[in-house]
Amino acid sequence: MIRFFIRRVIVALLVIFIGITIVFFIPRAIPKLNPVEVMIRRLQMMGTYLDPKSIELMKTSLIKLYGLEGSIFEQYIKFWQSLFSGDLGPSFSSFPTPVIVLIKTALPWTIGLLATTSILSWIIGTILGVLAGYSARNKLWARIFEILANAVRPIPYYVLSLILLLLLSYVLPIFPTGGGFRMGMKITFNIETIITILEHAFLPALSLLIVGIGGWFLNMRNLTTLIVKEDYVTFAQLAKISNKTIFKNYVLKNALLPQITGLALQLGLIFNGTIITELVFGYPGLGTLVYEAVNNSDYNVVMGVSIFSIVAVSLGTLIIDIISPLIDPRVRYR
Amino acid sequence: MWRLLRDLYRYNKRFKISVIIILCMFAYMLLSLISPYDPRTNYVVPINLPPSIQHPFGTTSKGQDIFWLLPFALRNSFIISLAVVIITRIIALFIGTIAGYRGGIIDNILMTVDDSFIILPILPILILLKLILGQISFQSLILILSLFGWAWDARLVRSIVLSLREREFSYTSFFSGRSILEIILKEYLPYIYPILLATGINNMIWSLGMETTISTLGLTSIDTPTIGTMVFWALQHQAFVSGIWWWLIFPIIFVVLLFLSLYYISVTISEAVDPRLKVIGG
Repeated sequence: MIRFFIRRVIVALLVIFIGITIVFFIPRAIPKLNPVEVMIRRLQMMGTYLDPKSIELMKTSLIKLYGLEGSIFEQYIKFWQSLFSGDLGPSFSSFPTPVIVLIKTALPWTIGLLATTSILSWIIGTILGVLAGYSARNKLWARIFEILANAVRPIPYYVLSLILLLLLSYVLPIFPTGGGFRMGMKITFNIETIITILEHAFLPALSLLIVGIGGWFLNMRNLTTLIVKEDYVTFAQLAKISNKTIFKNYVLKNALLPQITGLALQLGLIFNGTIITELVFGYPGLGTLVYEAVNNSDYNVVMGVSIFSIVAVSLGTLIIDIISPLIDPRVRYR
Repeated sequence: MWRLLRDLYRYNKRFKISVIIILCMFAYMLLSLISPYDPRTNYVVPINLPPSIQHPFGTTSKGQDIFWLLPFALRNSFIISLAVVIITRIIALFIGTIAGYRGGIIDNILMTVDDSFIILPILPILILLKLILGQISFQSLILILSLFGWAWDARLVRSIVLSLREREFSYTSFFSGRSILEIILKEYLPYIYPILLATGINNMIWSLGMETTISTLGLTSIDTPTIGTMVFWALQHQAFVSGIWWWLIFPIIFVVLLFLSLYYISVTISEAVDPRLKVIGG
């Protein structure tokens, strides 16, 4: 068992290492993305006249400032050294703010929106799903809900959120078209602020909830209907075990396992899904941060967020792999 | 496999309706061959006309007839996803069978690479590539989507081969002197095909969705008409605010219909092949 743990941890670390290395080298291999060049080009575009000599001077000082001196290999080693001390370097486009500060301001928005909706939709979807698969199998609401969930499922999230945005903020102007709060608003802790934030978060949250609840509902319903047909459930019914016990110990416990695994994976993948949501609704989170950073070729920020995402996903899968034998005795360590 | 599809068509209503819708879409796509307008030209018809007999779906602010533009858009989106599906099937089949059959260190290496591809965030990379390439062309879009689309299915193929390898008939054919290639091609493929078909359609839905998403963000070559670029131009011209709803509604209706029917085909096939199989992705 300990051998399994160690092997699994090593694999996870290796995957993280490969991912981060790729994220490090890709932007650096492309001359067009050189932040020094981008900065100088931007200055020239603003109409500042620079003679070649001062450009050269500026280049060297910028390279020093951004910490880009030395060969790419030396940079790579330095990058790992600073990474271990929690330093992701400065942002190039809003110099000298450290990347970690930018991430810290964006992270609460993303986590607040996505973690809440993920968990909420998991809970609602699972409860409705188990009811639809077990006790309310022939009820009308279960049938209608299933049809609706099946109709929403294949529609890509982007198209769905676009439809929602068009319907609820252009056709029926109930909700704001974007942003996380009102322009120029100061974020303080009072009721008005909270209401505005909730109002702005409503549409993105709704779109995420529709997709999430539909998916979890269908998963849970399918799992439950399969488990109800298993021999041990029939046997328990024949043995006159009370319906409540069968439901709790035989059906729910078995059906919940894959759902929990799915939730852990989902929470790890939050960073991947966030970009579309935030771009469509103009929400100020990590996704918007990445999008703007790429457009400004601010690759320290891109790298910072990517590292967050890579670590989150592989930690998620690692935790699932380690936990699942603990919850489910049928899964063996290999 | 053909018998499976034929039976599904005969006895499964959902499958039948979906196939009919897809066939209608194909017929509509074929209209692009006899279109009176070139999709790249602008201002060939009066702008902003609502749907009428002359222009069944109305016209855009760029002076294009939506009824004749949509076949091109559907066709191009469809070609992209079809190409992605074919390439990813080949990669997934190749990697999956090798990893599953060989096992050991080759399996470990291949699956670590596989995992790395699964966790790489695709959208930031696409945005980055747009910056490098200027605009992502038709061909490079296909390549990029294929590069990211194979990993889940390779894992699925691997798990199927892993279980097939331990079956009685594997040993029988191995000891009767069949080569590994023959075993894989003749014995295993019939098991893998239907599942690859179901996940392939799922993959198609995924790549159609990705194409729509990144085109709407303006990351691809916006002059090639696809569903995504149509939505992109509609949003650029603020179609909804200025009341030109038909510009957005018709592409969205068609793409949603396409998604739904593809999804039901995939679901019915995988239910017929293996009721416990959970189709991943999409």
